Amino acid sequence: MNAKPSLPIHARPKAPSRLKHGLTVVIILLLLWGSAVQTESTIGELVAGIPNMLDLLREMFPPKWSYINNITDAMLETIRMALVGTTLGALGAIPVALLCASNLTRSGWIYYPVRFLLNLVRTIPDLLLAALFVAIFGLGPLPGIFALAVFSMGLIAKLTYEALETIDHGPLEAMTSVGANPLQRISYAVIPQIQAHFASYVLYTFEINVRAAAILGLVGAGGIGHYYEVTLGFLEYDKTSVIIIFTLAIVLVIDYVSMKLREKLL
Amino acid sequence: MTKSGNKIMRKPKKPAYRWLIYAALAIVYIWAFAGIPYTGIKETAGQISKAILAGIFSPDWDYVYLPDGEDLLRGLLDTLAISMLGTFISTVVCIPFAFWAATNMSSSKWVSGSGKMLLSFIRTFPEIIMAILFIKAVGPGSFAGVLALGLHSVGMLGKLFADEVENLDKGPIEALIATGASRLQIMWFAVIPQVLPGFLSYTLYRFEINVRSATILGIIGAGGIGTPLIFALSSRNWERVGIILLGIIIMITIIDMISGSIRKRLV
Repeated sequence: MNAKPSLPIHARPKAPSRLKHGLTVVIILLLLWGSAVQTESTIGELVAGIPNMLDLLREMFPPKWSYINNITDAMLETIRMALVGTTLGALGAIPVALLCASNLTRSGWIYYPVRFLLNLVRTIPDLLLAALFVAIFGLGPLPGIFALAVFSMGLIAKLTYEALETIDHGPLEAMTSVGANPLQRISYAVIPQIQAHFASYVLYTFEINVRAAAILGLVGAGGIGHYYEVTLGFLEYDKTSVIIIFTLAIVLVIDYVSMKLREKLL
Repeated sequence: MTKSGNKIMRKPKKPAYRWLIYAALAIVYIWAFAGIPYTGIKETAGQISKAILAGIFSPDWDYVYLPDGEDLLRGLLDTLAISMLGTFISTVVCIPFAFWAATNMSSSKWVSGSGKMLLSFIRTFPEIIMAILFIKAVGPGSFAGVLALGLHSVGMLGKLFADEVENLDKGPIEALIATGASRLQIMWFAVIPQVLPGFLSYTLYRFEINVRSATILGIIGAGGIGTPLIFALSSRNWERVGIILLGIIIMITIIDMISGSIRKRLV
């Protein structure tokens, strides 16, 4: 018999303190309240704006379908921009991704700085890039394509280098043991393992880019976005709704096709 | 003994229709590249890029804080406030949508199917377009940006939340049903504890995306740092463009880091 105070077996464990949760909720509420003050958002204003919104919706219907003929070219240009931008970005992403992957580029002196640059590139939204490139290259689809290319490069390179780091090392070691040079190792041991993923990421980025390209025109970078400004500026909401519906249709079709293709790839 | 043991594996035959795919791809690419009107690069392009680079590397530090009115810090704060409020609105709004769209929460496939359709429909509207519409409704300013982000994020958050609900473990729910709990009690004690970490993590993730979006809302007049940026761009004030870009990059990097570390702890 020892005098150790044995714990009562059936005692309920104490619930963890609720203080932390309470404090978190308080902080979040404070942040939200501060945000509401900063942005001058009030429910009253929203309610007051509802009639305006309903007016707007009423003016948008029925859509003026004949306007589709005017915007078909711009729509095709949008798709073209997305396609070319994604392709250029994907090509640029290959070397960057290889440099970023810690299992292929052994030296931390290389892959950390490259990753850092990649992260910087990804923080800049595509519309900002487009606005910058418009300032450099002038109006037209060319700055839009460059903006999409830079943006896609950042996204594809990130997704690809994460996939690269999970590849099977067996083939790589086998290639090394027979004395293959780095180029051979990449083309016979890395590419076969990664190509399906890469293609899937490119398609995924293409989906995003179609949406992005549709609004780049707002800053003068070509495509359908320009027509939003034109029609809204002249208060022709029935035409705006045609643009919106047309864009939605194209985006949905491209998303569907690309999703089916991606399912086949993986 | 089979002879095939030491035979070299033959390469798998490629299906014939592969050529069709390659041909289609080639046609698409020819169409795309041929259609780009290559107008040449403006002669001033090099000069302007040099000016931009010079501006970005010698930013206008005075702009960081101005005692009276529009400065960088206030713009960034505004952007942050827009994204926070927008994320909050969409989180609250999308929860019923998520339960509507989750296949295990409804008896019929049509119900969840229609919810999913609606969510993907909301998703396809770019937030800029929504912002334009809301500007028409409530006037230009941050509030329009908040509403646009709030509505746009419902599409993606609702889908992610629905996926989370579909991954629910049925055990606790059945246990509660067996003890005769009401629907509300089942919700509170079996469903919410399971989905909450996932919901919070997705909300944070969406918040990161929303901060990026909020930086560009100002381009069309929906508040935030985008408005001074587009003014600086159009007046070719590259030092100011430089400091604003720097501010955006730093803010987004810090937010990604904080939110990423919280998300790691949540899941």
